[in-house]
Amino acid sequence: MLSLLVLVPLAGLMLLSLPFAAPLRNRATILAPVLPLLQIILVVLHPAGFWSGSGGLDRFCDFGLKADDLSLVMLLSIGIVVFVTLLVVGQLVEGKRQRFSFTNVLVVAMIGMNGTVLLSDVFSLYVFIEVTTVSSFVLIAFNREKSALEGAFKYIMLSAVATVLMVTSVALLLLVAHGTSFSVVREALHASSSNVLVKIAMGAFVCGLLIKGGLVPFHGWVPDAYAAAPAPVSVLLAGISTKATGIYALIRLVAHVFAGSQSLNHILLFVGVVSIVVGALAALGQRDMKRMLAYSSISQVGYIVLGLGCGTPLGIVGAVFHLFNHAVFKSLLFVNSAALEQRLGTTDMNQMGGLGSRMPFTGTTSVLASLSTAGIPPLSGFWSKLIIVVALWQAGYRAYAVVAILLSVVTLAYLLLMQRRVFFGKVPQALAQASEASFGLVVASVALAGVTVGVGVLFPWLFNTFLLPIGGIL
Amino acid sequence: MTAIDMVLLGALVLSAMATVMTARLLRAVIALAVTSVFVALLMFRLNANIAAVFELSVCAGLIPAIFITSIGLTQRLTPEALAVRRKERLRTVWYLPLIVIVAGIALSRVHIPLETAAALAPAPAGDVRSVLWALRHTDLLGQIVVLLGGVFGVAVLIMEVRHEQ
Repeated sequence: MLSLLVLVPLAGLMLLSLPFAAPLRNRATILAPVLPLLQIILVVLHPAGFWSGSGGLDRFCDFGLKADDLSLVMLLSIGIVVFVTLLVVGQLVEGKRQRFSFTNVLVVAMIGMNGTVLLSDVFSLYVFIEVTTVSSFVLIAFNREKSALEGAFKYIMLSAVATVLMVTSVALLLLVAHGTSFSVVREALHASSSNVLVKIAMGAFVCGLLIKGGLVPFHGWVPDAYAAAPAPVSVLLAGISTKATGIYALIRLVAHVFAGSQSLNHILLFVGVVSIVVGALAALGQRDMKRMLAYSSISQVGYIVLGLGCGTPLGIVGAVFHLFNHAVFKSLLFVNSAALEQRLGTTDMNQMGGLGSRMPFTGTTSVLASLSTAGIPPLSGFWSKLIIVVALWQAGYRAYAVVAILLSVVTLAYLLLMQRRVFFGKVPQALAQASEASFGLVVASVALAGVTVGVGVLFPWLFNTFLLPIGGIL
Repeated sequence: MTAIDMVLLGALVLSAMATVMTARLLRAVIALAVTSVFVALLMFRLNANIAAVFELSVCAGLIPAIFITSIGLTQRLTPEALAVRRKERLRTVWYLPLIVIVAGIALSRVHIPLETAAALAPAPAGDVRSVLWALRHTDLLGQIVVLLGGVFGVAVLIMEVRHEQ
């Protein structure tokens, strides 16, 4: 039944493109959120018949999809972020035609992400990463403004480099392993770990994924793309799109396929810590809220890679948990910036101030998201950062653990500065008439804030029930 | 490496350079299609027959067709604008032939075991149909979704402009 997660959205898209489906097209933006909502329900309720992957449609049409604990966390994250993005689309994209077109491309991205997290073949993984990437190009450039086209162009150029690296890697792995399924490649790599071709293949694929994930030194496209993209696209890109194509694939391959490479772990630790430092320091100097959040995203992804670089089950658990938390709190911060853009027409923080009294829901949820990002207890971000730091300490990487803690303070500093400039102080005369964002954006913000607080409070139960089994992929 | 391979590689490099250096989009697409034809021929020479068939049908056939459809939706450049574009293009990529020559000299001094690579390539598990429908049908599904995304992209980014105009 897992194929339904890919085939149902695809069938819906094809159906709506038929000439007689014009009446349905007008309702597409109302019907589309049902897809991610169903996905969330299926992950949370976990009906065994659906996830077993042996019956129903899979008997006739087996795409080799498999869902383990890591896939489930990703599917939940994808469901949450796509649902929220569709809520934002309903509020901020004007015109029925535009909303319909936007929703279509968004659903293509969702198909790509669902496929990516359910596949167990290196080449198919690459194909579905490209599905998500192609739809992301279109979504970034959707408004056809100069800055958006520039952001999309930078993303296309760097993605083309990533594509070359990944395809070269797949070709080399095929030569060595005579197959591309995860299990075949893993066995072949174990048998010939000293082969130069194997090392080149691993390095090329990892570099490609670091570009897709926007890590330092491949982060040049991230601020432009996130800041120039329409508000709903920023939510999708920062929340899940680049995480599914870059970071999830990195976790899957490093932990499951390339497992046991110490040199690779050291490279990841270094890239992770440099991303944390560069992202956090660059975020400090930004005056545009979306650019600041983009740099913050680079920094937080650094924490995920740092956890992965530990090479221990606890490190993997911390990385995956922080990936989920990042999807929630960064989506929330971008929804907040969308709310500000909707009411003020700008995301320049120098033109803001005192908006907490005018936009109480946006202000409160933004504070919660900021505190979670900085790792303040008992919010969800605290627990995932704690797991990563403990994993680093236990693995003997104490210097990295200290840097991770210190840079959390810098994270808190730039996010509190943002809060002060936007939501506290005196309201400028020009913003005296500013009011709370529209109902859909408030619902999206409150729902995401609820998840951040809920996951933080329920952490002890979640840790034993859902998170610890993820470490078993090693 | 035989003389035929050398000729094919040389033609491949020249057509790839023409793709990047030409100022007209349509000519760039045609040069790209020609590049794909040479890539396909080299794939045949390396015993990668199925990959060559795909390169010919998809990269030299379908993709240029999509490009040309998209270009058909854009406005033609005026002679003055084209002259400006030519100068810009030359200014941007003037160093490309130099890089190609230097890289060619460097690579000619390195032994690349193409024959070994061709011999190492796994034999296809069946004919194109069985590979496509039995072994790699997940990738086929992915390709369908990529194409769908591309079509929506053209609709969103180019046809909407026409609609607004």
